[in-house]
Parts: sequence; C-alpha cells; structure tokens
Amino acid sequence: MTTEFNIVAGLQRPLAEVRKMFRDRIGTVHAPRPNELYVDIPLDLAAGFCAHLHRKWSARLVSVFADDVRDAMNTAFPFPGVDGLASFPPGGSGAPAVPPNGGTTERTGDDAKPRGVAAGVPHRGVFHLYYVYALDQRHGFIIARAAVPADKPEFPSLTDAVHGVNWQEREIQDLFGLKLLGHPNPRRCALHDDWPEVFPLRKDFDLRTKLPPFQGPRHKFREVEGEGVFQVPVGPVHAGIIEPGHFLFSVAGEPVLYLQLRMFYVHKGTEKLFESLPVAHGVRLAESISGDSSFAHATAFCHAVERAAEIEPPPRARALRTLCLELERIYNHLGDIGAICTDVAFVTAHMHALRLKERVMRLNEHLTGNRLLRGMACLGGVRFDFDESQLEQLAQLVATLQPEFAALVELIRDSSGTRDRLETTGVLTPDVARDLGIVGLAGRASGVDRDLRRDFPHAFYEQLRFDIPVLTAGDVQSRLALRREEIFQSFAIINQVAAGMPDGPIRTAVGDIPPDRTALGYVEGWRGEIFHWVRTAPGNRLARCKVKDPSLQNWPALTEAILGNIVPDFPVVNKSFNLSYSGTDR
Amino acid sequence: MFNLLRESLRAGIVTTSYPATPAAVSPHTRGRPEIDWSGWRDVRPAAAVCPTGAISHVDHDGRRTVQFDLGKCIFCGLCAEADTSIRMTNICECAARSRGDLITEAGYTLKPDGAHDRMISPPSSRTLPLDDVAREIQARTRKLLGRSLHIREVDAGSCNGCEVEIVNLNSPVYDLERFGIHFVASPRHADMLLVTGPVTRNMELALKKTYDAMPAPRLVVAVGACGCSGGIFGENYATRGAVDAILPVDVYIPGCPPNPHALLHGILLAIDRLPERT
Repeated sequence: MTTEFNIVAGLQRPLAEVRKMFRDRIGTVHAPRPNELYVDIPLDLAAGFCAHLHRKWSARLVSVFADDVRDAMNTAFPFPGVDGLASFPPGGSGAPAVPPNGGTTERTGDDAKPRGVAAGVPHRGVFHLYYVYALDQRHGFIIARAAVPADKPEFPSLTDAVHGVNWQEREIQDLFGLKLLGHPNPRRCALHDDWPEVFPLRKDFDLRTKLPPFQGPRHKFREVEGEGVFQVPVGPVHAGIIEPGHFLFSVAGEPVLYLQLRMFYVHKGTEKLFESLPVAHGVRLAESISGDSSFAHATAFCHAVERAAEIEPPPRARALRTLCLELERIYNHLGDIGAICTDVAFVTAHMHALRLKERVMRLNEHLTGNRLLRGMACLGGVRFDFDESQLEQLAQLVATLQPEFAALVELIRDSSGTRDRLETTGVLTPDVARDLGIVGLAGRASGVDRDLRRDFPHAFYEQLRFDIPVLTAGDVQSRLALRREEIFQSFAIINQVAAGMPDGPIRTAVGDIPPDRTALGYVEGWRGEIFHWVRTAPGNRLARCKVKDPSLQNWPALTEAILGNIVPDFPVVNKSFNLSYSGTDR
Repeated sequence: MFNLLRESLRAGIVTTSYPATPAAVSPHTRGRPEIDWSGWRDVRPAAAVCPTGAISHVDHDGRRTVQFDLGKCIFCGLCAEADTSIRMTNICECAARSRGDLITEAGYTLKPDGAHDRMISPPSSRTLPLDDVAREIQARTRKLLGRSLHIREVDAGSCNGCEVEIVNLNSPVYDLERFGIHFVASPRHADMLLVTGPVTRNMELALKKTYDAMPAPRLVVAVGACGCSGGIFGENYATRGAVDAILPVDVYIPGCPPNPHALLHGILLAIDRLPERT
C-alpha cells in the first residue's frame, strides 16, 4: 500500500486500488490537502473511473464542472505542502516560476513519488473537466481531472449512469461550448433557447458583453398526449412571494402525470463575476448566491479560499461560524414548517412559526448586524465577535424558544387535518432518492444518511455531539418532521458551543493568496451540501469559482415526488423541498 | 381546538406599532452609513473596500468629486472599518422617491499625494426637480391608491434575500394587512408592483408582461440594492441591472435586504401614509 501521500487513512486504499486498476492510464496524482486527492485521467476513462469509484467505494459524484485553461500558465497541479513537492513561490502576484527542468505532466506510475515539477507548464489548448467524488464513509474527496482539447471540444456524458449530473453536464455544454456526447436530452438548459451562440464561462468572453433582449419562439416542452390529458403552465411569475421558474404540469383530471421544469430565469452570471472581483469582495458575492443560505455560501467560499491559502481560522472564529450556521438552519426550518402548514390551510401554525422565526432573525441582527447574517463572514474567520451579553442573549433565546417550539410542534401534531394532508403526500422513495443523488434534508427524509457536518466536519463540528436524524417515508410529513428534529439538534449544538466557547482572536490574517492553487470548500447548509471550488489567480483574484448549491442536485426529486399527486398539493410538496432558484441558476 | 386558543392567548399581541413608534432595531444593526463630509480627507481606502462601488470618485483638473450611492450600498460596513470618517448607523428607513435622492456628491480640491484638501462644494443629492404636471399626477395616484393597496411581488432576478424579508411582512409581527394592504396573486388585481432585482435577461420579458397586465394607475417599487441599482451584480451579460432600466419606478427601497421596517417605510412612502414624526 502506498503511503507517500499525506492523505487521510480512508483514501489510502482507494488510491492504491485506482493505481492498480488503471496503472499507467492515470496521470499525475496530487493531494494538496489530506482529504482532497486529485487524479489526472484521460477523457475516455471518465466513465470507467466513475463506475469503479461508485461500485467499489460507494463514491458519490457530487459535482461536475469545467474550467477554461486554454491560455493559462500552470495548472498541472502545482500544489505545495505535499512531501516531495517543490514549494511554490511564496505570496505576491506575477507569473508562477517555471521549474528548472521545464516540467511535464508526468505519469507517476506505481512507484513514482508525486512530482511538483509540473508547476508553470502551460496547458495551452485545453479545457479541464473536474469530477468531484465524495467518499463519505472514508471522509475524503477524490477529484478526477480530464483535459478536453480545444480543437475537439466535446466530452462524453455520464448522465445515463449518474442521473444527478444531467443539468450539470448541460450547463457545461451551454456555458463552455463543449459538446455533450451521448446525453439523453442534450438541449439547452442554463442558457434559454433564444440566447445567441455565446459561451460565457470561456475566458475570451467578456463579462460585460451586451446581448440583445429576450425574444424568439417559446420553449418547446415535451408533449404528453392522451384522452383527457391537458397541460397546466405555471410561472415564471408565481402567485406567491417566491422566486421565478416555470413548471409545466401534464395532468389527467387532478393527478399529475408528468412535470417539466424550466429553470435558470435568475441566471446572473455569478460564477463569471467571481473572476472579475478581488477575492475579498467575492465573500459578499457569495452571500448573494442564495439569500436564505447567505452565511453557509459565504462560509463555503471562505473555506475554499482558506484551504487554497493554507490558513486555518482560529478556534473562536470556527465556533462563531458554527453558531451562525445553526442559527441559519433554525430560522429557515421554522419558516418552512410554518409555510408547509399554511399550504394545507393551517394558518395559525404558520403565524406562530413566523413569530418564532422573527425572534431568531432579530437575534441574528443583534449578533451580526444583519438579519440574514450578512456581513459576518470573512476570509480567515469572522468579522464580529459576540461579547458576554450577546452570548447570554443567545442562550436565553434557545432557552425560551425551545418550549415554545415544542408547543408549536404539539399544535401541529394535534391537527389531524394537517396530518391527513401531509402523510403519504409527495413521496420520494429511498430508491429514487439514491438514484438521483438527492442530498441534504430532502435526502435524509428519504433514507439517505449523509451530512457533511458529520462526514467532513470543519468549523467546530468535530468537537460536538449531535445526531443526524434520518427518516425513510420520504413524504411531506417526513420532511416536516426532519426539520423539527434538526431544530432540536441545532438547539443542542448551540448550547454546546456556547458552553465551551474558546477564547482568542476571531480572524487569522490572510495576506496574499498564492496564485494557481485549487481548493474545494464545503459546508452543510440548512438545505444540504454546498460546494465552492476555486482556482486562484495572481493579485488576490480567482481564475475560476465553481458554486454547487444543493438545489441544483435536488430539483429532479420534485418531479418524481409530485407524480400521482393532485395539482392542489403541488405548493405544499414544493415547499417541503423549498429549493433555491437563485442557487440553482446563479 | 382548546390548545389552539390557549397558544394564541399565551402568545398575546406581538404586532409592532411601527410606524407610529420608531423601528425596533438593535444598536448593532447596520443601517445607513453616515459620512463626515467636511472632515473627509481621503475617499480611496473606503472606495477600495466597497464591494458594490457605492463609494466612488472622479478626479479632474485638481478637483475631486466624491459620490456616495445609497442605492448601491449593501450596508456591509467595510468602509467604516477602513475609514474613520464613516460611521454605520442603525437607521434602516432609507426609501426615496427618486433615484437621485439616494446619491450624494461633494467636491474637494485634490492634494498632490491623492488625498483631499478642502471641501469646495458641500454634499448635495442629485435629485431632479419634477415638473408640476408630474407632481400632480403622482399626488393623485398616491391619494387614489393610498387607502387599500394591493401588491403583486415579482422576483426579477433576486437572490431570494429580499423575498425572505417581504414574506415577513405577512408575519403577525409586521402584519401588513393592518394598513389595508394585501399581497395578491395576480398582477390584474394589483395596484403596486414590488420588484426585486437585478433584472435578469431571462426575466425581463416576464417583468414587462406582468407590468402590462396591471390596471392603471399603478405604482412600482424597487426593492433592495439590486433592485435599486443592480447591486453587486450590476449589468453584465445575464443581467440588465436596476429595475428602472426596464420600468418607471416610484419608490426605491435600499438595503441588502431591506429589513421589514424598511420595507414598510418604503411601501407607506409610496402611498403617502407615513405619519409625521418629530
């Protein structure tokens, strides 16, 4: 078994197996961080590599994305901090140094040590595809990287095998102009039908390009035919105060036969925008990816950049991050529990829930200056400390909220009419949830026992004791009950953190961020797992920031859960997932 | 049933008396920044840390014009950390009837090292005066719609942060309905369009169609830094920026997101129902 890498124990065996299995077909292997292992693979190995990791190690393909490095220097894994690696020129901007022997993307073979000599090699003429696998039980990520030559811009689809990457692959096709081969439905997705032929995430596309206004024929949905079948189009402007998206129901009578989604109405060029901002401003942009997950997204972004810069926030900052993440979870879960009740006409419960939610949001404002916890996150830690009186108020809130929330739970439990509407409604079966790779609370309500707080802990979570509730019925009631249980767990987490608040600074100085490093940041937000992957550029900027919100993964769950349900139940089924449109569309 | 009543009685009345009484916000709340214009010696550090370009300057011929745009400000407070001439207040009621009201400019003479010397034109807003006809029409509209107002909300590209707070207006704490104001499901029932932004290219047409479906007279309120100015997104290949790039806007509510007090303030401002407070 190979041990030359400084990687977590759980990744040692998969790495050895991968090397044995694919031998000289795999290129450079690199571990910039103990739980983040990069492997260069040829493009035609993508499917085989995926199958191996999935079958042998139960790996989940959590993100697929591309990067345009046609003109980039670097990128042959110039990571520092691993045994045997030449250290990277410290700090500052400017071009990365070319190593003495010129360097190549050397194959490591079975015996070779990892080589740092690749730094500075121009990777002219290729795009990179990244496949991020999470090995949850082994607490490590394996990231496969494949080069796509610019003169042959196409890549094979994995959607037939891994349904969850459907939209992600099409997004690459739309935004990078890489043609998808073998995809069952390769139509446009991220860019709507009327968009001109532009590839916004290519480096030669200017962020501020002015495009002609929206016009052209309507989107052609798939037709569902049959006696008594008709279509109900909804959106993009909805009846409630929610985000825009288009739903097309095909119904026969009241039951839904088929639901088609059309998203990306609020595509704002966010990933492209990250590339033009100083990295410190990127934190504020990350807060605006999905408003109800402001702190989780900002923290995932900071986590990625901190890992790239090899800095660790001080213990008190990590504790404060944990408190804020749990406060975000509580206020959102409270709002959702209320909204689910109101969608089945139990408005009184909604009012109580909103009343409790308001108290949490006011505390957020008192602690961090903003009700959505905005402005709190920063690179290297957090911006504001909580003094003794603020911590006391936090403890007070948990102490008073707990019995009141328990009373609200009782009210909902007592309402048989509400239970009637929620049980067996919008069922997402565990099998389907696993097939689609559903994550976060929607997954845990359907038996998918995954939570980054336990499997990939950072911030303060490794020092805490808490349960991850998992239910298996997969109906709206389960998703409601899961939120309820998670709120009680969050109370317990806050109490533990507040009782053992470490002293000390709340921020580590970041300094100049070294260019040409890549890093994966992640946070279990209230909705599910959030990933930010960055490649740094000279001058404290980013060459690429990939954002993966759990909603992008979870939308297909809605189309499955609604089948056979009646149209009037759609609002409550939709609300029980409460996915982010802006997080999906970016 | 008994439990239901008991819980409601136990909760009691939680509704705020705002706007009759001041907004109940924490002293830690970050609201509108306050700038010591006459003592300001160098805008550049604050401008460098501002993520949205709300603080900017133009240098010309030994003179510097400094601009602060409340419509772009996300109240992050980074400028106040970088510059002692700026202080964050907890005042969140910033709504204005004209975009120019949100923009303040002052002129300084420039020192060779790039700092300011002395203020040569005092801070003033960029409000454009309305002509009499426009003023008359606006007053009549406000009077006509000011008693029972129906609002249609449109998310034209927001991150959902503004929606989180707009939903809270229906909570028992803010209780918008006590003013006779309701959110409605269709633009055809609406007197006011409450729009969050930035307006994306993909939502532009839907926004226009929603506006066209409303009966006249009608009001449009732009919500949040992105709705007022495009915010941190600005204009790019996928967004058209501020709501007023697409529709005529009657009131602008700054904030990121505006807190519920600020939203109430802006909506009531649009229909002339803010109480006179001393």
